[in-house]
Amino acid sequence: MKAYNVINTRLPRVDARAKATGDARYAADLSMPGMLCGAMLQSPLAHAKILNIDTSAAKRLPGVRDVVTWKEAGLVRYGVSPARYDEQVFCSDKVRYVGDEVASVAAIDLETAMEAVSLIKVDYEELPAFLDIQSATAEGAIAIHEDFPGNVSAEVHQEFGNFEEALKECAIVRTDTFTNKRQDGGFLEPQACLAQYDLNGNLTLWSSTQSVHYVQRSVAMVLGIPVGKVRVVKPYVGGGFGPKAAVNAMEIAACLMSRRTGKPVKMVFSREQVFLHSRARHQFTHELTTGVKKDGTIFALRNVCHLDGGAYSSFGIATIYYAGSLLGAPYKLPNMKYDGYRIYTNKPTCGAQRGHGGVAARAGWEQQLDAIAAELNMDPVEFRLKNMMRTGDVTCNDFNMSSLGMKECLEGVRDGSNWGAKKGKLPKGKGIGVACGFFVSGAGYPIYRSETFHSTATIRLTEDGGAVNLYTAAAEIGQGSDTILGQIAAEALGVSLDDVRVHSGDTDFGVDLGAYSSRQTLMSGHAVKMAAEDAKRKVLEALSEQLKVPVEDMDIAGGVVVFKKDKPDFSRLRTMYIKEHRGWEDQPSGAELTFREAARVAFITRGVIIGNGAYKPGELGGKYKGAAVGTSPAYGCSAQVVEVTVDEETGKVTIDAMTDAHDCGFAINRTNVEGQMQGSLSMGLGEALFEEVRFDAKGRILNASLGEYRIPTMLDMPNVKTIIIESDEPNGPFGAKEVGEGAIMPTIPAILNAIYDAVGVRINELPITSERLFAAMKEKQKK
Amino acid sequence: MKKLITFTVNDIEYEVAVAPNRTLTQVLRDDLNLLGTKEGCGVGDCGACTVIMDGKPVNSCLVLAVQAGGSTIKTIEGVASGDSLHPVQETFVEMGAIQCGFCTPGMILSATSLLEKNPHPTEQEVRQALSGNLCRCTGYQKIVEAVQEASRRMKG
Ligand code: FES
Ligand code: FES
Repeated sequence: MKAYNVINTRLPRVDARAKATGDARYAADLSMPGMLCGAMLQSPLAHAKILNIDTSAAKRLPGVRDVVTWKEAGLVRYGVSPARYDEQVFCSDKVRYVGDEVASVAAIDLETAMEAVSLIKVDYEELPAFLDIQSATAEGAIAIHEDFPGNVSAEVHQEFGNFEEALKECAIVRTDTFTNKRQDGGFLEPQACLAQYDLNGNLTLWSSTQSVHYVQRSVAMVLGIPVGKVRVVKPYVGGGFGPKAAVNAMEIAACLMSRRTGKPVKMVFSREQVFLHSRARHQFTHELTTGVKKDGTIFALRNVCHLDGGAYSSFGIATIYYAGSLLGAPYKLPNMKYDGYRIYTNKPTCGAQRGHGGVAARAGWEQQLDAIAAELNMDPVEFRLKNMMRTGDVTCNDFNMSSLGMKECLEGVRDGSNWGAKKGKLPKGKGIGVACGFFVSGAGYPIYRSETFHSTATIRLTEDGGAVNLYTAAAEIGQGSDTILGQIAAEALGVSLDDVRVHSGDTDFGVDLGAYSSRQTLMSGHAVKMAAEDAKRKVLEALSEQLKVPVEDMDIAGGVVVFKKDKPDFSRLRTMYIKEHRGWEDQPSGAELTFREAARVAFITRGVIIGNGAYKPGELGGKYKGAAVGTSPAYGCSAQVVEVTVDEETGKVTIDAMTDAHDCGFAINRTNVEGQMQGSLSMGLGEALFEEVRFDAKGRILNASLGEYRIPTMLDMPNVKTIIIESDEPNGPFGAKEVGEGAIMPTIPAILNAIYDAVGVRINELPITSERLFAAMKEKQKK
Repeated sequence: MKKLITFTVNDIEYEVAVAPNRTLTQVLRDDLNLLGTKEGCGVGDCGACTVIMDGKPVNSCLVLAVQAGGSTIKTIEGVASGDSLHPVQETFVEMGAIQCGFCTPGMILSATSLLEKNPHPTEQEVRQALSGNLCRCTGYQKIVEAVQEASRRMKG
């Protein structure tokens, strides 16, 4: 493998010092002179007609500067997929869930704004609330959205190969139904924003978002402001995991009120509002039928999925496609039939969350495959290896595995966990389980149909050559993209990471679709690499003119110019540089011509040196309906072994050890790759064992706090043995692809399979609470 | 009615007029502009707002500012001395214990406070002591490793 200076290292994150000292600023930390505070009135009812909204008392309250409802905001519909724009900033005709936005206030301080909110009187006529799929799809159920009778927000029907025919060749056919629960994103930073509309008609919005680009477009469209006049900036973001990927009503309300008052307006979600806004993991119910041939070949899969979508679509259209298209691989599966239904219910809206659309399906299916392996009397690792796809294989739904280190991952966790010595040999109550997964490395197409580049990047060298400024609209949300992109820029340009200043998350810096579908490393990374190479070429061209050395005979690496043939006499350039910088510290010296001197020459002869990069994937995927969803220039994959102890008296599960291998193509930063793996596993562990957003009969969330909605603590997570597999992805910058989401895929099923190994029961409903597991063990004893 | 309180924060004495319902988090952030203290929940569930009050880590969102009168407080801004990071900050930076960073100030304060009481904690003691600080990003492992490495460095 090629030797690199900056990438494939364990360099500390570029933002770590700021974060460790409290200097890092998040949206809620921002303020401006004259700033107003905003607050939101949200529906107390799950489903009701709005008869009247009376804001007069709120408007009269001293200190209130603005009160807005749909009358001021207008009725423009927005959302994520243009095919399903079903949201409005404020409800006009009816409310559709407890938490639906009805009105907003801006006042001189938060207390006044909240008091004003409490003075807004809304007359509702309550409608029956449909809180689950059954009631929402029952005969005569009222349509939650008029345009969608029957409350089906989206349905998908796909067949690849011929499922029914294929079953005839199968020796084992098994059907299981599997259900997860609605999960919350659980990021530590509640959404917050600050909007400022200035006298020239320019709007700037600072927001805790995963995609400045989509927010910019949505705000411009809803408020009728030209896109060019809207700038969206992302300060540091305290985690997102999906729910912060779409625009929210608070952002638009703050912009609206700033425009109306001429003052900056700041709004911050409470933790309860984070739960109400949700846009997190759906509840999926998968009925899975798998057919396997006598020799253990996985041959046919039928997948029927129902999603409880909540009140609006958000990312849900993509979710219902992903819930089908992301099964199959990483196994060679020739016949696959999928029927998916996403149903509107009167609950907070679900959207995208880490492992978008694929996590529950993967959990159910990998558990089922484990059961089938047992029926076949095959070791689950061997069974998987037998069916594994390899680099170059294409799935039946046309996904191209341009690199796939799946075999290496599986062998890695098998050997790393000492599987052979443990499987089937552990004492009762202890168990070991394995599972695999794969995931996209960046959605192949934007959310709205467009020829747009997915990522652009600009590099601007300072005139003295002392620093490299990288500008990108990519979203650092904690996953580490600033560091990764800085490393890529430094490596491609031939300087050190210290020389690069990363400026990111700002629509003024270019176009980037943002941090979702695990796309920043591959897509933004490509754009950054191109920009750096462009800047390097310009510097070398300028240098070539001065030194009369052909460009091809030079390179830049490790901060100096590398002359591949004879080193020319560059003393004239050095003397010039030193004269120009008389009295400065740190003059260039030594036998090599430094990057600084070269960049200075380029500036003197051509002006500011700017390198540009822009990336979009080529044509991807098949021609069938929905073929775009699930396409990606590359796919990451992973395998995991989990060891558990089950307390047979109580049903309590303890995760003793996790061994995880992930193929990230090529690790730009090894520490970050491990961090993404460990973080993914912890979110998966939470969903497996205890996370569940619960509702009362009126559609109110029962546990809208981090005390009652439990996410894993330090005591719940074991240490993870992390194994990085590098398959060198041909479509990735320096061979890199995703790790941020794919790593979560095998966690839940590996836990389920370990529990089966420990106590012999299969759990088909998450979370695996003590009660549920205890009941299942009792049930088994009876038989 | 606002009440005048005097307290010491990061070695500086402050006198602030506070409303009786204001929390310590709010006063630190809004009145003292010490924005490194984060609010993740406001009700004592997450630990993001952890500060050291009279030598003990507390959730500052659960402390009324008036109760903090007369106390000595350390926030994340007071952990480094000038340019040089505290060993816990150093190891957090170097070892990947930070991702989004929102839990980091609280986590670092809990960790420094643990190491003051117990300079050589076992892994389990670290996990126990920091279990009130939630982190959604890291899976905790690199945080635990960083605290243990800091303990080793502080010994030397
Ligand atoms: S903000 Fe104080 S514990 Fe969460
Ligand atoms: S680093 Fe994001 S919550 Fe801990």
